[in-house]
Amino acid sequence: MSIDLEQFHETFFEESFEGLDIMESGLLELEQGDVDLENINTIFRSAHSIKGGSGTFGFTAVAEFTHDMETLLDQMRNGERQVTEAVVETLLGSVDVLRNMLNAIRDGSDIDVSSVAEVTVAIKAILGEESAGTGSTETQVAAIPAKGWQVNFKPYIDIMKTGNDTVRLLRELNSLAESAEVTINNDSLPLLSELDPEDCHQSWSINLIGNDISEDDIREVFAWVDDECELIIESLAQDDSSVGSEHSDNDCRETEPNKRKTDKRSNKPVESSSIRVNISKVDELINMVGELVITQSMLSRFGEGEEFNASTIEKLKDGLAQLEGHTRELQESVMRIRMMPISFAFQRFPRLVHDLSTTFDKKIELVMTGESTELDKTVLEKIGDPLVHLVRNSLDHGIESPQVRIESGKSETGVIELSAFHQGGNIVIQIKDDGAGLNKDRIITKAKEKGLVTKEEHLSDDQIYDLIFRPGFSTADVVSDVSGRGVGMDVVRRNIRELGGAVEVKSTAGEGSVFTIRLPLTLAILDGQLVGIGNETYILPVISIIESLQVKTENINAVAGNSEVYRLRDEYIPIVRLYQIFGIKPISTELESGLLVVVEAEGKKIAIYVDDLLGQQQVVIKSLETNFKKIEGLSGATILGDGTVALIIDIAGLIELYQKDMANVVPIKGGGLAA
Amino acid sequence: MARILAVDDSASMRQMVTFTLKGAGYQVTEAADGQEALTKAKSQQFDLIITDVNMPVMDGITFIKNLRGEANYKFTPMLMLTTESAGDKKAQGKAAGATGWIVKPFNPDQLLNTVKKVLG
Repeated sequence: MSIDLEQFHETFFEESFEGLDIMESGLLELEQGDVDLENINTIFRSAHSIKGGSGTFGFTAVAEFTHDMETLLDQMRNGERQVTEAVVETLLGSVDVLRNMLNAIRDGSDIDVSSVAEVTVAIKAILGEESAGTGSTETQVAAIPAKGWQVNFKPYIDIMKTGNDTVRLLRELNSLAESAEVTINNDSLPLLSELDPEDCHQSWSINLIGNDISEDDIREVFAWVDDECELIIESLAQDDSSVGSEHSDNDCRETEPNKRKTDKRSNKPVESSSIRVNISKVDELINMVGELVITQSMLSRFGEGEEFNASTIEKLKDGLAQLEGHTRELQESVMRIRMMPISFAFQRFPRLVHDLSTTFDKKIELVMTGESTELDKTVLEKIGDPLVHLVRNSLDHGIESPQVRIESGKSETGVIELSAFHQGGNIVIQIKDDGAGLNKDRIITKAKEKGLVTKEEHLSDDQIYDLIFRPGFSTADVVSDVSGRGVGMDVVRRNIRELGGAVEVKSTAGEGSVFTIRLPLTLAILDGQLVGIGNETYILPVISIIESLQVKTENINAVAGNSEVYRLRDEYIPIVRLYQIFGIKPISTELESGLLVVVEAEGKKIAIYVDDLLGQQQVVIKSLETNFKKIEGLSGATILGDGTVALIIDIAGLIELYQKDMANVVPIKGGGLAA
Repeated sequence: MARILAVDDSASMRQMVTFTLKGAGYQVTEAADGQEALTKAKSQQFDLIITDVNMPVMDGITFIKNLRGEANYKFTPMLMLTTESAGDKKAQGKAAGATGWIVKPFNPDQLLNTVKKVLG
């Protein structure tokens, strides 16, 4: 029977890459001096699985390479080898090599042999030159062909307690021979009254007749019970000893897997687009579908021409309510399938920080919390790069050199904290460092230099910090290898906005900075507040809404030009008349006859003037960009229950749009936007 | 048809074992570690256990030891998947009650032959 092993390759690659990530993070932990056995065990297991899998699926080069790693790790876990920095570095290096090898195999490209050789040499050097070969230490007994063998098999009393079966062994032995004579020895059988049926009291003497039986073949039969019996194997006829038969059966493992398919390798997709889903999540889905089907069949009864009266309407309503509940649950279950822990994005940071701190000669401790926070897979994949940028930035610009730190009375080691958590339907990711903080003066100087602000402008601290997200802004005095290439924070902000999220920064001089990223749980569905303006319906994300209120005339203040602010308790909040921005005809232009919806994005608040609040519902987001074109101030559109299209407001974008509009009339005044 | 419990933390190995055995007509249940396997084995009787050794949560040897202590599994064949370099693992496995082992790497035919041998 032949089975195409290739069908398992994708899974093998997927789990191997996961294993490599586990090894990497494990090794980095080791490096921090935290030498616990469980960690080493975990690393070992990953290497072991990769070795086992690659051997089985025919990637001999990978299996060979992993073998030495495994040996080294085995020594470490047995306490035979000290965990030194050199060992860890070498192992980290070999993780990289392995990753490259697996990538190369998957893409059908060539393995970089030189780097493989280099690391192999390094590992062998640590192992003490002499690598133990492939580990088969038992020397093979030369096979002497004989006419037959006498096998004396005397099992110990407990042989059956490991699930071995003497009958099976005898049957197997028999299959080797042309014929066999078996003598059973029942001498040690106790009296029936004393007999424990779980014990074995018999022994056998077997004469195996056959020409091609080797001693190894026989030993192979008894391999599992080697230590559970007395076994004497004697040749029946010693003459005729021509050592001619080739001996190749024992090492089957070399043959099959070596066949490497060279054709049709290149057309495999490089990025895996599959996700692993916990079975319980799938079961939940199936359950929900079952419920839906029941509800559907219940409802369909009403369509089958029965007479329609008050009582059926009641039932119909019940059914519809059920349907709604099930639909929502189903939707939530489907969403949950796409959710993955943020650790997938976080796991690259220990290595990154490790490598960068060497580059910059800084001492950094990375603290990560909330790795199990789940978010949508698409968001997860796209948040990686902005996060890398922010972490690099903190490391490069935020954390000072050890010397500067000591001089300013801080600990030599800087701390970067990476945390993720849920907050009001959002995922919040924070990157916090205890470095020097943002340099306000330098930011202003730079911004003026670049013409981002005018000389006279007075900006609040937060507004100043926010300047670093403007296009064309980069504060690094020296453009370093890592950050400060000008493709800086503006790209980060843009990428995050594309995900429907927001990023802001807070900073205290001498104490450090915190970058806060807020992301929606999913890109596909939004909790929306429907608002009416004229004949149009717009949708505001519920998560951005702080409150909605009726306008009191005495709280409206007109500021210069045509801008207005609303005094809400102690804050002055700019009023944004949506109909003006989007150029539509409202029911009323009198603020008193409509409502204000106070919303917040990136730390800024505005009060949106609308005619009416219409209700809240979950809406499915359709991209405007793919279906039409990108429009400032809008993040997408949706189709409402009655079939009409409603546009979804992008609050952060709207605020920017408003600021631009105002700036055309008068420059923004300091404090114009309450923080 | 004989029921087999296949235990391995590696999904690709599990897939391969399951696919091979199912193809030969066996009923196969999978478990990703010893603990999960133990729970499954206690809720349903299996005729053969095939388990990896190195696994998180509960390793294969501990699993065999625990399961061998169950009255229902006193004589059930239990095979370990092990690498040839792990000689002492074999001994440990035997001591824990393993029937025998299948040496990794193995191909589907080798696996089937061994299983047929054990299940008769």
